[in-house]
Amino acid sequence: MTPRTRQRTLEEATATVASLRDWWRLFKPHVMQLAVFTAAVGLYLAPGAPHPVLGAIAVLAIAAGAGAAAALNNAYDADIDRIMARTRARPTATGRIDSAEAAGAGVVLGLMAVAVLGLATNWLAAGLLALTIVYYVLVYTVLLKRRTPQNIVIGGAAGALPPVVGWAAASGEVGWQAWLLFALIFLWTPPHFWALALVRSGDYARAGIPMLPVVAGRATTIRQIRIYSWLVAAMGLTPWLSGMAGWPYAGAAVLLGVAFVAAAERLARSSADADARRLFRISIVYLFGLFLALVVDRALGVTLGGA
Amino acid sequence: MAHEPQPRQDDEGREAERRRRSRNIALAVLLFVLVVLFYVITIVRMGARGG
Repeated sequence: MTPRTRQRTLEEATATVASLRDWWRLFKPHVMQLAVFTAAVGLYLAPGAPHPVLGAIAVLAIAAGAGAAAALNNAYDADIDRIMARTRARPTATGRIDSAEAAGAGVVLGLMAVAVLGLATNWLAAGLLALTIVYYVLVYTVLLKRRTPQNIVIGGAAGALPPVVGWAAASGEVGWQAWLLFALIFLWTPPHFWALALVRSGDYARAGIPMLPVVAGRATTIRQIRIYSWLVAAMGLTPWLSGMAGWPYAGAAVLLGVAFVAAAERLARSSADADARRLFRISIVYLFGLFLALVVDRALGVTLGGA
Repeated sequence: MAHEPQPRQDDEGREAERRRRSRNIALAVLLFVLVVLFYVITIVRMGARGG
């Protein structure tokens, strides 16, 4: 075997055999972060704090559930992921992880996550976690994603459910406050993903995914982003208006809401990719900031109330 | 000439073996984690009821 042939064989081996890193990437850890964080906030805000160890196990189970949904999504979308620049390095797109293997891992992990959450907390939370996974995979990935420009609007419910799961895990019920958190993420999802879709519209068009900028054009998408941004900013105030949170939260919600709307308005004026990217980044900061503000507000409230 | 494809088949066989082994290890780790979690959940829940 010549050195050149040996080198080629080595490259082939590295291209086909999945590493631990590939398996980790299969579970989309960056997407998991947001689901885990919002679920943990739901768990913290709900009445009736669970045992800290059971609370930690519940968060772990929700993270595993999010990972399972991501693995199943990767398995189903390997064909279109191969076409898009943003996703072509995914292990199922490169072939380093076989789609059937990814689907198997997703099913096993999902079942485990639901069972562990049910045993650690209650079966309402476990049922909601199962619903989240099934909704994300069947409703969003299989039914909506390749069929309608409203894919992320309707499919956004899957991403909005984690705080409801967390709430149910802690309290054994789903109060109106949990649905308020759901509504916040549900309204936040379209402008967040459309900002990304504006930058990547060529990618989506090549893969045949009917994202709003591909189907309706740039101007319509930006108009929709503006409408949703105002709605999100207004919705952000409802935890304070309903008495769920106090003034510290209201201050943060106003500041974050102004930043979100300002970014959307700037995009509406320029229509530039750079401003779409900026809005995408700000939208992430907005949601993390808002949920963090709810936690800080509650912690301050408890401290002041207890003094 | 008839023996030429042999190394490639060997490579494929080795790769399949490697995949199978890593899958088995992953399953074993997963099962171990599951057992530990069930154990911890049971202990904590029993403690909570006792307290």
